[in-house]
Amino acid sequence: MTSPSITASGAKARASSSLGFPLILLICVVSSAVLYFGLSQLDSSYAFLAAYTVLQFVALATAWNILGGYAGYVNFGVAAFFATGVYTSVIIYKTVQWPLLVTIPVAAAAAGLLGLGMGYLTLRLRGVFFSIATLALAVVLNTIVVNWSFVGGSRGVYVMRPQEIILFSSYERYLFVVMLVLAIGSVLIARTIENSWLGRGLAALKDDEMAAECAGVPSLRMKLIATTISGALLGAAGAPFPFFVTYVDPPTAFSLSIAVNAIAMPLIGGTATWLGPVIGALLLGTFQQIATVTISSALNLLIVGVVLVIFITVAPNGIIGFVKDLREKRR
Amino acid sequence: MTFSLDLFSNAIVSGILLGGFYCAIAVGITIVFGMLDIVNIAHPAFIMTGGFIAYFANTQFGIDPLAACAIAMIPAYYLGRLLYRFYNVAFEKRGEESLQGLAFFFGLLFIIEVALLLIFGVDYRFVEAPYIGPTIEIGFISIPWRLLIPLIVGLGLVLVIIAFLSRTFIGKAILAVSQDPLALRLVGGSPVKVKEVAFGLSIATAILAGALLIIIQPIEPSFGRDFIGRVFCITVLGGMTSLPGTIVASMILGVSESLTSTFLGPSWSPAIAFGLLLITLAVRPVGIFGR
Repeated sequence: MTSPSITASGAKARASSSLGFPLILLICVVSSAVLYFGLSQLDSSYAFLAAYTVLQFVALATAWNILGGYAGYVNFGVAAFFATGVYTSVIIYKTVQWPLLVTIPVAAAAAGLLGLGMGYLTLRLRGVFFSIATLALAVVLNTIVVNWSFVGGSRGVYVMRPQEIILFSSYERYLFVVMLVLAIGSVLIARTIENSWLGRGLAALKDDEMAAECAGVPSLRMKLIATTISGALLGAAGAPFPFFVTYVDPPTAFSLSIAVNAIAMPLIGGTATWLGPVIGALLLGTFQQIATVTISSALNLLIVGVVLVIFITVAPNGIIGFVKDLREKRR
Repeated sequence: MTFSLDLFSNAIVSGILLGGFYCAIAVGITIVFGMLDIVNIAHPAFIMTGGFIAYFANTQFGIDPLAACAIAMIPAYYLGRLLYRFYNVAFEKRGEESLQGLAFFFGLLFIIEVALLLIFGVDYRFVEAPYIGPTIEIGFISIPWRLLIPLIVGLGLVLVIIAFLSRTFIGKAILAVSQDPLALRLVGGSPVKVKEVAFGLSIATAILAGALLIIIQPIEPSFGRDFIGRVFCITVLGGMTSLPGTIVASMILGVSESLTSTFLGPSWSPAIAFGLLLITLAVRPVGIFGR
């Protein structure tokens, strides 16, 4: 890749890869272990459930950012991909009853295929058409699910958690660990993409698609790969959800809160690197876990919306960009 | 599936009536998105705001919903101009309208919806007016007044806007920005000023469309989301910049939805707009009236 337009992003990529992969993995494992035993000390299943929700947002925000942040293509249909994962899981539960660990890859594949199909139809046009199509996608999938009585239709469906699970004292803990692995996996995948030819190509076409194509970046193929990976990770994050809530109906699976948060978190954290969505998700996710206990959930969502608008207006590069600007000013 | 002639012709008629209403919801997006390239996905939220203004004026003061929203169009116009000025300074000037600008309107859509939810609650709200209820019967075809009024107002609105764009100076300027903003700047015009007026106009049409919506059916705040697919489907299908195209596309969508809900069930109709949008984007992205 020799396009001059990507030198800035290239420098950024080198800066973030100064931490080696084994070191990052070590940090992840150690912090996960600390988190798990810390939560065990609290000895309440609520702590695990709250942590699950925050981690789910880490996974969703990271997955969204692969297409939205790196390539600049806004996917408004996060709820559609998430719900594809959720309902794939429901279908498997009602038919073959595979264990959760087998269900997750299947859900990821289904959501990835959805992304590929959507991308194939709309990504050849200007980016905004893709955004509009994803916005309407959630409405359509919602309509299909409402009319499909096998997966519960509009009345919803109950899911029984397995009675026992090996190695874990409760199913909540098991779900927490599954989501922890999914979240870390998503972050590692995002980080790998960022430092690979794919990440550099996406950054180039984000800056100037025409120039990137002239320099030989296969933009459509890269966008399709990014959409598929992003969709698959969103779907994977949805797969354990039926067992988390034990009752799924269209309003929960296609929840507005999921769509808004998955977009707000990377934009608030900063979309250029893998760290941005993680910071955004941890901050906003933890805030909401505390806030839902104290204030109503509608007001809670209103706050997220207002914070999102303030951030994109005042700090368009998120918290990370803001901190970077402050540092540069100090020099 | 039973097929009968009177069921079929009634479905066509109510589809055309519905199409008239769709003209009113989509005309603002055709101006702002089709012509001026501002991706205002918050448009449906302004439609809902119009609906709730009509509801509030009707239940509190007994004012006719159409009259209430006709008056509300004036402040809405100025509010729209302000909003565009903000959008221009915050995003367009920085060249960040693609990602941040889209997210801004998404955030706005969301804030308005939640705000309406907190003010009016999740219950279905409706208005009272003399034309809600009675129907005209012609043979076996029935035309309810509550659908005929939106057709008349919707078509009238588009015709007024067509006249405005082709006859007045500022209207011609809007068309000029749509065709070539650089050329307008070369002859000394300001595209920003023109876009500001157009955006105000678009928000005003959304408010009026809201009154039509609440005349047709009871509404609740989250309803707006169903219209996102519809408004963009109509604009794209109609060929982005073409107002006659908007009318034709509205009719196509109205009739398709009406036929679907008559013969397959009303729960399927939200998917129609999206299907049409995807087919248009895949087969003929310039729409039926596009060049």
